Amino acid sequence: MNLDDLYQEIILDHGRKPRNHREMPDATHGAEGFNPMCGDRIKLTLRVADGRIEDAAFTGCGCAISQASASMLTQAVKGQSVGQAEDLFSRFHRAVTGKDAPEGDLGCLEALLGVQQFPNRVKCATLAWHAMREALEGPDA
Amino acid sequence: MRTVTTLYDLRAVRAEFPALGQEVHGRRLAYLDSAATTQRPRAVIDAVARMMGEDNANVHRGVHALSQRATDAYDQARSTVARFVNAARDEEVVFAKGCTEAVNLVAHSWGRANLRPGEAVLLSAMEHHANIVPWQMVAEATGAQVEPIPVTDEPTLDLDWLEIRLRQGGVKMVGVKHVCNATGTVNPVGEMARLAHQHGALILVDGAQALAHEPVDVQALGADFYAMSAHKVYGPMGAGALYGRHDLLKAMPPWQGGGDMIRTVSFEGSTFGGLPNKFEPGTPNVPGVVGFAAALDWLVATGLQAVREHEEGLRRQATQRLEAVHGLRIVGTAPGKAGVLSFVMEQAHPHDVGTILDLHGVAVRTGHHCCMPLMDRLGVPATTRASLAAYSGEDDIDQLVEGLEHVARVFA
Ligand SMILES: Cc1ncc(COP(=O)(O)O)c(C=O)c1O
Repeated sequence: MNLDDLYQEIILDHGRKPRNHREMPDATHGAEGFNPMCGDRIKLTLRVADGRIEDAAFTGCGCAISQASASMLTQAVKGQSVGQAEDLFSRFHRAVTGKDAPEGDLGCLEALLGVQQFPNRVKCATLAWHAMREALEGPDA
Repeated sequence: MRTVTTLYDLRAVRAEFPALGQEVHGRRLAYLDSAATTQRPRAVIDAVARMMGEDNANVHRGVHALSQRATDAYDQARSTVARFVNAARDEEVVFAKGCTEAVNLVAHSWGRANLRPGEAVLLSAMEHHANIVPWQMVAEATGAQVEPIPVTDEPTLDLDWLEIRLRQGGVKMVGVKHVCNATGTVNPVGEMARLAHQHGALILVDGAQALAHEPVDVQALGADFYAMSAHKVYGPMGAGALYGRHDLLKAMPPWQGGGDMIRTVSFEGSTFGGLPNKFEPGTPNVPGVVGFAAALDWLVATGLQAVREHEEGLRRQATQRLEAVHGLRIVGTAPGKAGVLSFVMEQAHPHDVGTILDLHGVAVRTGHHCCMPLMDRLGVPATTRASLAAYSGEDDIDQLVEGLEHVARVFA
């Protein structure tokens, strides 16, 4: 287990200064991610128009990994189609749980794959992603 | 600077705990998670193994020699627990899976039989979910209500509030943990029992964290019910007990049915056995219960008072050492608190702290400690908790502080 893989500079940076950490009054979709093990809670909101994610944001607090992952998620899916975001979810999820080598380019998200070595931290990295999928599946807000 | 403050033989105590001899991530294990569960001494492991390997038979059922040995060991264990908490009679001890099941027994048996719509159960706002959720279930079923006893920032309980509320009437039960698993607060259960009784209420004490660290005398405390888990006091998991005052237990209906708890069964109806059988249906966890008694015997032989003094000395040192760590704030500063050191770090979330400590071989608990209402009240979503036991030492604290300094560097 290597701590430097887990806490890469980019993760610490997103953890310290999460991007898109704000309320979104005109959100069309939203869901809450809750990890009962540690009490971390993240609310993810999206504004979707014509099948495209125009804006993504989150609120809530948690560990560096869950905050960084949520922050990077909002950057990664902004501007993507709903289909692309769902595809990114499944590729990210498979990679982070160590099921597959990353398929295609995960971009900055690859920095989060350090959690593979820390099985009890995988949930931190996937919290916001599950919330996004739920938000996209749920009824329009 | 090292100073020997007592003659406590830490090395000898540690040598009795096989699990402590191992390495984790290439470091010596610094086990500081005893409030979640303690490690077990050889005496307990041997007692459980003997029960399984030699005296194994069902209890209260056979005439053969092994069944008699198993039954004797089981009954003997009840006496040991009764003596440890100074119960007036052995039948006041009912074996259960643990503290959670003991609370459920009181809530579902006593609560359903005695709570009426509009009546109140007062629970301290620092209760463990184990002493909240069963009462909520029973309140739902009976129309009674559950009300929190407010806590201060330290946290300590607001006894003035309690007295005023009791005086208003309608309170049937007060529930409180003896020692707080999240902050180490030792609650004044004796005084609370006196107040409750003055106003016609009973008191249930959650003793999960107290048994290993505080002298427990249920009669002196005035506890009507006292819940225990073996695994928090050097015994096995899945075993524990409820102490209940004899007249109360006698009047309570069984809450689970089965074999061993009946006098007669027919399809027209069944009659129930006496105490404690009425509350122990089915084949019990005999090895667990025997291990529980072995753990209490071990603690008495090691010296409860000596262990307490050792933990208290270490708690003072550890508090000073932790307070010197940059950005660290201790959560739980009640006077006379037990050896539980909960803290938050400005720079880092407890979950990140826990991961880095693990790589230093340090085992701590991170999270809400099953006390979500308390965490909300204290305004912290989670803490990191280091908790002490008979085998904890300065080297564990050194390793903890070294790990925390590493956290401070990573999250500078
Ligand atoms: C104060 C307190 N009450 C109750 C419990 C529950 O004990 P068990 O899980 O052994 O039933 C615990 C253990 O976490 C505790 O610390």
